[in-house]
Amino acid sequence: MSRATSLVSTDWVLENLTNKSVVFVEVDEDTTLYEKGHIDGAITFHWREDLQDGLIRDLISKEKFEALLSKNGISNDSTVVLYGGNNNWFATYAFWYFKIYGHADVRLIDGGRKLWELKGLPLVTEVRTRIPSRYIAKERDNSIRAFRDQVISSIGIKNIVDVRSPAEFSGELAAPAHLPQEGGQIKGHIPSAKNIPWSKAANEDGTFRSNEELAELYKAAGVDFAKETIAYCRIGERSAFSWFVLHELLDLQNVTNYDGSWTEYGSLVGVPVAVGA
Amino acid sequence: MRTCGATSGGPDLAGVDLANQSVIQGAVLRGGVSDGVPNGLPVDNAYVRLLDSNGEFTAEVPTNLEGQFRFFAAPGSWTVVVLAFGAREEIKVQAEKGTPVDLVIQI
Repeated sequence: MSRATSLVSTDWVLENLTNKSVVFVEVDEDTTLYEKGHIDGAITFHWREDLQDGLIRDLISKEKFEALLSKNGISNDSTVVLYGGNNNWFATYAFWYFKIYGHADVRLIDGGRKLWELKGLPLVTEVRTRIPSRYIAKERDNSIRAFRDQVISSIGIKNIVDVRSPAEFSGELAAPAHLPQEGGQIKGHIPSAKNIPWSKAANEDGTFRSNEELAELYKAAGVDFAKETIAYCRIGERSAFSWFVLHELLDLQNVTNYDGSWTEYGSLVGVPVAVGA
Repeated sequence: MRTCGATSGGPDLAGVDLANQSVIQGAVLRGGVSDGVPNGLPVDNAYVRLLDSNGEFTAEVPTNLEGQFRFFAAPGSWTVVVLAFGAREEIKVQAEKGTPVDLVIQI
């Protein structure tokens, strides 16, 4: 994968608004944004109701993923173009999800909803109905997903990248600053992790920095591209953003997203934790 | 239209544990007069970024239908950056537990 196959510009979107093979999907943290206005023809996935199992903490099953896509008229040969608020956090999480279940052509709008709005491009409130399809997903590809035991055994060996804000990494905050601070978990980070906040990969308007800038960002922080890399954050969405940067834009193969992230790791009994910058 | 009756910028603080949270909030308004009283039209499609004392990005939220936003920060100095169609504003603030920072930002 590469920037050319994984990322589209707002101009590309404007040219493809009526392209029948393209399905635009908005995925936001603030799920009221879609109702306020969305790209004409776009559908929306709710990150919790649609993309979380609900009973156990896990991705939805293959069968539920198939039902979700079928209901929304997405076919195996559809070009799925994701975008969302919060600099595409949840959209990149959905992108990772589509990759987990083996969707062939999934892309992301560079800059997401923010750039679209900052450019004053049109949003509509009308929700278009789509004809249901019959989607067949592949078995989960766990080569892009990290689990807790892999993370623990990777301390000091693989690249572990903590993409949260410096205040969360150091243990000052337990959650991003737009959320109430939780008391449940220990504060701090996984030992040997490098703190490379997801935001450093993005420009202020939400677009990604150039590949040269991105490669330099990770190298300068001590990431060895010859090794495997595990990205984590608090609940796996921001790290999906950084996973997208490493795996899709920089085209590195051995990169996983630890979606258990700090809410899991910070609750584990007896695992090592580091604090401070 | 927000008029002279409105005194607070950000969302209602009912239910927020102010004793334990360092709240930075406010409202983004367009076309008003900067006369010390909130007025103008709420900007419901602005993006508000919170930078820490080193200028590092910490969080970002979209404004709501009332043009409002809220952050739960830590005590200390922060910078609020407002991005909207055709506008960019930066405001330095000092957050503390107990008393929310409540901003009215005219663009």
